[in-house]
Amino acid sequence: MAQTILHKAETRGHANHGWLSSYQSFSFANYYNPERMQFGALRVLNDDTVDAGMGFGKHPHDNMEIISIPLEGDLEHKDSMNNVAVIKNGDIQAMSAGTGIYHSEYNNDRASQVKFLQIWIYPNKRNVEPRYDQLTLNLADRHNKLQQVLSPNPDDAGVWIHQDAWFHLGKFDKGIDTEYTIKKQGNGVYAFVLNGQLEINGQVLNTRDALGIWDTDQFKITALTDAEFLLIDVPMVF
Amino acid sequence: MIKIKTMNQTQILVIGRHPEILQTVVRLVNNNPEWKGTGCLTEQEAISVFDQQVFDLVLLGAGIDESSEDSLCAHFKARKPDIKIVQHYGGGSGLLSAEIYEALKSNQL
Repeated sequence: MAQTILHKAETRGHANHGWLSSYQSFSFANYYNPERMQFGALRVLNDDTVDAGMGFGKHPHDNMEIISIPLEGDLEHKDSMNNVAVIKNGDIQAMSAGTGIYHSEYNNDRASQVKFLQIWIYPNKRNVEPRYDQLTLNLADRHNKLQQVLSPNPDDAGVWIHQDAWFHLGKFDKGIDTEYTIKKQGNGVYAFVLNGQLEINGQVLNTRDALGIWDTDQFKITALTDAEFLLIDVPMVF
Repeated sequence: MIKIKTMNQTQILVIGRHPEILQTVVRLVNNNPEWKGTGCLTEQEAISVFDQQVFDLVLLGAGIDESSEDSLCAHFKARKPDIKIVQHYGGGSGLLSAEIYEALKSNQL
C-alpha cells in the first residue's frame, strides 16, 4: 500500500531577504521545522527568486549533491574549480561538493528576476572529488511525456550525481496521463508541481504543491489542466 | 584533569580538513549566542581539545576518512559516552542550524 505525504505550497518555509525570496520545502537556514527535514535523500528544495543584478556571493559547500534548475532568467555560476557558466531556463546544473568547493551565483540581468529551483540530495559517498556538470535540455522532449534530466549514471540521459536518484520533468497538456514506475526498490518520489493542476494517486495538486509517495512500485499522474512538474526519485533510506 | 565548561552555551566541536570551510562553519555556529563553536583541522588537535573541554556535540565535516572518523568517535565515546556526534553535510549555512537542533533534541531524549 502506497504511503504519501502532502506538502501544500503555502505550508513551505519562506525567507524574504529583499533581493531573494526563497520558498523552502524543507528546513533550511533560519527555517526549522522538525516535521520538514527531508524526503529520503532529498534534503533541500528551495524555490528561489533573485532580483535583477543580485545574487549569492562566494560561499562554501561540501558533501552534498546540488542541482539547480532555472525556471526564468539566467543565472551566472562561478566556482573554485574555475568553472564560469550561465545557466538559463531549459538547462540543468549538477554539482558534487564532495571535499569542498566555493561558488557564487548571480543574476547579471539589470531588469529581470531569475527564478530557479535549488535542490540538495545527500550523496551516497562522502568526500568525493568535487565536480560540476551542466546540460541544455530539449524542451520538446518533455511535452506530454517524461524527460529524464538526472540519474546516477554518467552514460544515461541528463546530468548525473553520486546518489541513486532520478529526476524527470514533464509538461503535459490537460487530460494527458502516464504511469511512473519508481526506478529502484526502496526509493520514493517527491512530485513537485511547477504550474497547473495534477492528480497523483487520487490526490489533486496545484501549483507548487508537492506529494511524496513511497512503498509502491508505480503510480498514475494525470494533468487536470495544462501542467508542468518535476519528479524527484530518491532512496528513502540511504 | 579539570575540564572547562562555559555555562549556558552549547559547546560544539567542529572537525574538518578544509580550512576555509571549517572557519565558515565555526563562524556560523558562533552567530547563535547560545552556541560556541571550536574548530579543529586534525585528529590530534581534536582529541587534545576534546580532552580539555566539555563538549555537547561534535560535527564531523568534510575530508575526514572513515578510519579517522571511527577512531575519533571511539575516543570521544570512551571519554564522554553521551556525546552526540553527527556528520555535517553541506558545508555552509543551509543545513547547519537544523542539524544542530535535531542533534540536541535527540540528546534530550
